Formats: sequence, C-alpha cells, structure tokens
Amino acid sequence: MKKKSFPIVIGVLIFLTITIILLGLCWGTYKISLLDMIQVLLGNGTKMQNTAVFTIRLPRIMVAVVVGIALSTAGGLLQTVTRNDLADTGVMGINAGAALFVVIYIQSKGMNYYEQLSNLTIFAIPLVAVTGAALAAIFIYTLSNKKGVKPQRLILVGMGMNIGINAVVTFIQLKGSAGDYNRALVWTSGSLWGSSWKYFIVVTPIILLFYFLTLYKYKTMDIMELGEELPIGLGIHIEKERKQLLFYAVALAGAATAVAGNIGFLGLLAPHIARKLVGPSHKKYLSIGAMISVIVIVLADSISRNCFSPLEIPVGLTISFIGVPYFIYLMLKEK
Amino acid sequence: MVFSGLLLIAGLLIAVSTGAKNIGLKTIWDSIFHYNDVLEMQLVRDIRIPRAICSLIAGGILGITGAMMQGVSRNPIAEPSIMGISQGATLAIAILYASESIAGLLGNMTAAFLGALVSGLLVLGFSIKNARNMNMARVLLAGTALSTFFVSLASAIALLSNKSQFLAFWVSGGFRTATWSSAVLLSIVGLLGIVGSSYLAQRINIVSLGEDIAIGLGENPIRIRVLTFLLIIPLCAGVVAVAGNIGFVGLIIPQIARKLVGQDYRKIIPCSFVLGSVLLVFADISARLVNLPYETPIGLFTAIIGVPFFIIQVRKERG
Repeated sequence: MKKKSFPIVIGVLIFLTITIILLGLCWGTYKISLLDMIQVLLGNGTKMQNTAVFTIRLPRIMVAVVVGIALSTAGGLLQTVTRNDLADTGVMGINAGAALFVVIYIQSKGMNYYEQLSNLTIFAIPLVAVTGAALAAIFIYTLSNKKGVKPQRLILVGMGMNIGINAVVTFIQLKGSAGDYNRALVWTSGSLWGSSWKYFIVVTPIILLFYFLTLYKYKTMDIMELGEELPIGLGIHIEKERKQLLFYAVALAGAATAVAGNIGFLGLLAPHIARKLVGPSHKKYLSIGAMISVIVIVLADSISRNCFSPLEIPVGLTISFIGVPYFIYLMLKEK
Repeated sequence: MVFSGLLLIAGLLIAVSTGAKNIGLKTIWDSIFHYNDVLEMQLVRDIRIPRAICSLIAGGILGITGAMMQGVSRNPIAEPSIMGISQGATLAIAILYASESIAGLLGNMTAAFLGALVSGLLVLGFSIKNARNMNMARVLLAGTALSTFFVSLASAIALLSNKSQFLAFWVSGGFRTATWSSAVLLSIVGLLGIVGSSYLAQRINIVSLGEDIAIGLGENPIRIRVLTFLLIIPLCAGVVAVAGNIGFVGLIIPQIARKLVGQDYRKIIPCSFVLGSVLLVFADISARLVNLPYETPIGLFTAIIGVPFFIIQVRKERG
C-alpha cells in the first residue's frame, strides 16, 4: 500500500467513523431510520426512540469508542517499546491480567457479573483492572529480564503468560458458579454487553488522559524506534522512558479491559493498518490507528448485537473473525 | 525409565481407586479377576479403568506429537495445541454438535480429523516455507492467531446454538466421557503413533540437525516435515475426539525427555510417550479431586503447569 496523504486519510476516516456510529445507532431490534435518528439526536424523538438511543445504544457505542482508542494506543505503545510490530496488550497477557483481577474482585464481592453492581464497585473496577494489568506487566518484564530485557523475549514471555492467566480466569469462573461458561467468555473474549453511561464516565477520563500523554511523547517514541544506541546518543534515558511508556500502555489496556473484558488483536491490527496508511510517525499513526480501531470495534459490536438477534456474541469474537484472517494474510505476505 | 514406569503404575492404581467414591485395592483386584455385579465393581470396570487407560494413551500421544513437532520445526515451543491444530479439531466438533446431528465417537473422530487436517495443513504452510530462519515469536503468534480464531468461531457457534457449556468441555479438555470404546479408539490411534513415530524418528534426527546438514545427508527436510505432519494430524484428532483440547503436554514432556535421554529422537520419542502418560494420568487424578464432587477441566491443569516450562524455555533462547 502506498502512503496516502494525511488530510485525505483523516477526512475519509472521519466520514467512516460517523457513518459507522450512525449505523450502530440505527441498527437494532427496534429499528430507527436514518432520518428519524437525526431527529432524535436533535432532541425531537419519541419517548421510545429516546430510550433506545440515549440510554441503551449511545452509551454502549461511546464505551466502544473509548475502548477502541485505548486498545489501539496501548498496542502502538507496546510495538514501539518492544520495537516489534507484533506486540499487543491482548496477546501479551496484560489485558488478561486486568481481567483476572476484575473477576477475582467481582467474585470476592459475591456478585454475579454486571448485575446489581453498586456504584462504588463500578468506580473501583478500573482501579482493580489497572492494578492487575500493571502486576501482569511487571511480572512479564521481570521474567524476561536476563542481563537486560530483550524485546523478543518480552513478547514470548507475554504470550505464555497470556495463556496461563486465561486458564486461571476460566478456572476461577468455573469454580465460582459450577460451570457458567458464558460468563467466563465475557472476560476471556471481551464483550460490551450491558455498558451504561456509568462505565463511560468512569473510564473515559483515564483513557483520554493517557491517550494525550502518549501523543505528547511522540518525538521520544519516534526516536526510540530507531534503535538502542541512537536515543542514548541523543540524551534520552531509554530505560526510564521505556518503563514510562509501558505504564501508559498498562493504564490504557487496564481501563479498557475494566469495561469490555479482554479484547485481543485490535491493538495489533489498528496500529498496523495505520502505519501502512500514513507511515511510522507516531503523531500521525497513533491518531489514525485510534480512529481505525474505533471503526472496527463499533462495526464489530453492531454485528455482534444484531446478526444473531435476539442472541448476541461477545464483540471480541467478532473482532477475531475479522482480525485473524487479515493478520495471517499479513504474516504470509511479509515473510 | 524404570522409575517413570513405576510412577505410571502407581498413578494408574490411584486413578482407579480414588474419586468421588474411594474404592479399596482389594475391590479393584476382585473386579478384574473375580467380577461380581456390584456397584463398586461396575464403577471400576466400566468407568475408572477405561478412563485411566484413555488418559494414559492420550498423554503418550500428546507427548510424542510434541516431540515430533519440535524435532521437525526445530522450535522448542512447537506443540499441537499451541500451534492451533487441536483447536481446529475442537471447532469441527463444535460445528458437528451445533448441527444437531447424531455424533457418537466415530462422528467425533471424523469431525476432529477433518478439523485437524485443515488446521494442520495451515500450520504446515507456515512452517514449511522458511523454517530455516523462522523467528520463534512469529511462529508462536501465528499459532496464537490460529487458535484464537478457531476457538472464537467455536465459541460463537456454541453460544448461538446454546451449547456453550458443552463446548467448554472440548475447549479445556477432560476425560469425563471416556468409555471402553474411546479406549479402543485411542489404542488404535496410539498404535499408529508409535509405529509411525519409530519409523520417522531417525529422519527427524537428521532434520533436527538443520536444513543444510539434512540436505547434505541426502534427506529432503520438506518431505520429512510433511510426513510428520500427516502423522500428527490423526494423532491429534484422536485425542481431541476423546478428551478435547489438552494443551502444553507436548511442550513440557519432550523438554524433560531431552534432559533425561539426550538429543536422539529415537530415545526422546518413546520416553515422551511414557512421561506424557505419567503426566496426564496424574493431571486427570487432580482434575477429579481438586473440586469434589465436580470435575475441573484437565486442560487448565496442564496449562498452569505448562506456562512455567514455556517461560523457562523462552528465557534460554537468545532473543
């Protein structure tokens, strides 16, 4: 793919994002036509339409949007830190760490997933999730340290941890309620079911804060991608920067997992496609990646909600149907 | 070898005697040699013994598939479930059950075989091309991607056909449904595995030395790789059809075997069979005992034991 000019790419993506979000709002068991939808958004909807849009669909889509931004940015950060374009918080066990902690926390409260969660619990969950993600990251980082941390080893250890942590999550879930597999699936595959404004309010500040902190660091990241020696020569304290960026990734991934469970491959795909479109400059590809990620997750969520109505499947599954074939194609093509 | 043999016998005895109901050794002896129609003896004959045999053979098969894959791909973390072959078989079984068709063991086996064939050929496609300088992270990621894909599809199918509880069993593995006919099926598959692997062992030795040396010694590494995969596919399918997807056995066991008997695959492969049996017999015992009276999926145990081994192996590699 040739690099496209930045304004054109941005224009097309903004258009696509708006279209997909509108589609997500209109599409559902209770159908609302596009024209009606515009009326509803302008505040002229019927009571029924308002309920469907403002208390059910819109919060869910907005949660999807912030989760998309977070996962794509976290993936991009890890790819820079490890200098390997195959890194991602989902495949490397960081999301899984967050999911594990949330599952333990919810279970210790003796509650079922998402029902009757008190406000306090909802506010505590992102904190718990980030802690879990951070512990997983520290664990992975320490285990891959053998006379220095090699990026390659970091990824491999992360993948191993991912499988292990997911096994523990499944184990806890099965033990908790004599085999409620669906509930375990929500955390191991990622789902946006039951998202409300509360979740949006809780995680959005965290995600936006770290998203902009990451963008602010774009120059450092551009240099870091050039190798080990160059940044040191330019006076960048590489070990410190690496840890800091890793922490941003952890916070983003943890916050996303707190509301949506463990969604894999999105953080791998979106930055990948973005780099193909606009090149390796972090300022550009992190913002483009976030938009692509939003488009993918909102579209995937609409599909998960509607294609099998009245049942729905976790959005993480839909993303892996789209993501994995594309990813395998990439790997085969690249050698 | 003698030690692991003794361990295996002890394991089998424990496996037959313990469970939701403990049974004395005397009763076990009687139920084999002086069979009476009482509940405990029925339990031993029809459930405990076939189950123990199944876990023994399945463990052995998983051990040798891992050893063979590691040998031909020259990659110490290659293993059927890490590479996604078992998950392909699992997906096929999910499709079979969702379509409400009469399955039975043979149906399972056929479906698992077709699934393993598709995923096995895909993995072969990845590893045949550039095994010479195939980067470990890439191979692993390809495997992770494939297995995620298969399991996601299977989960979606199971959720939609309201059979997810059922699928959980296949995804995480277990011997809950093992009967005498599954023991027979596994014995046949196991025999195929033993014969096939001893035929291939010497060639795997040569391929494991490296691409150039193998060609220099007059072996075509690609041919050996294809043959090995063709053998691995029915082996995996057999295990998945009976016990679902049990990961990491093929990763842990050959590592230990290599420590014990050196680098010769003619020794590593049989040793992996025995050690794999030991591991799975004991894993099955713990799967039954840990959360009495419920069973815990055996694949979770092997994963939790396996991950540390995996990480040790990764740390050894020069990254």
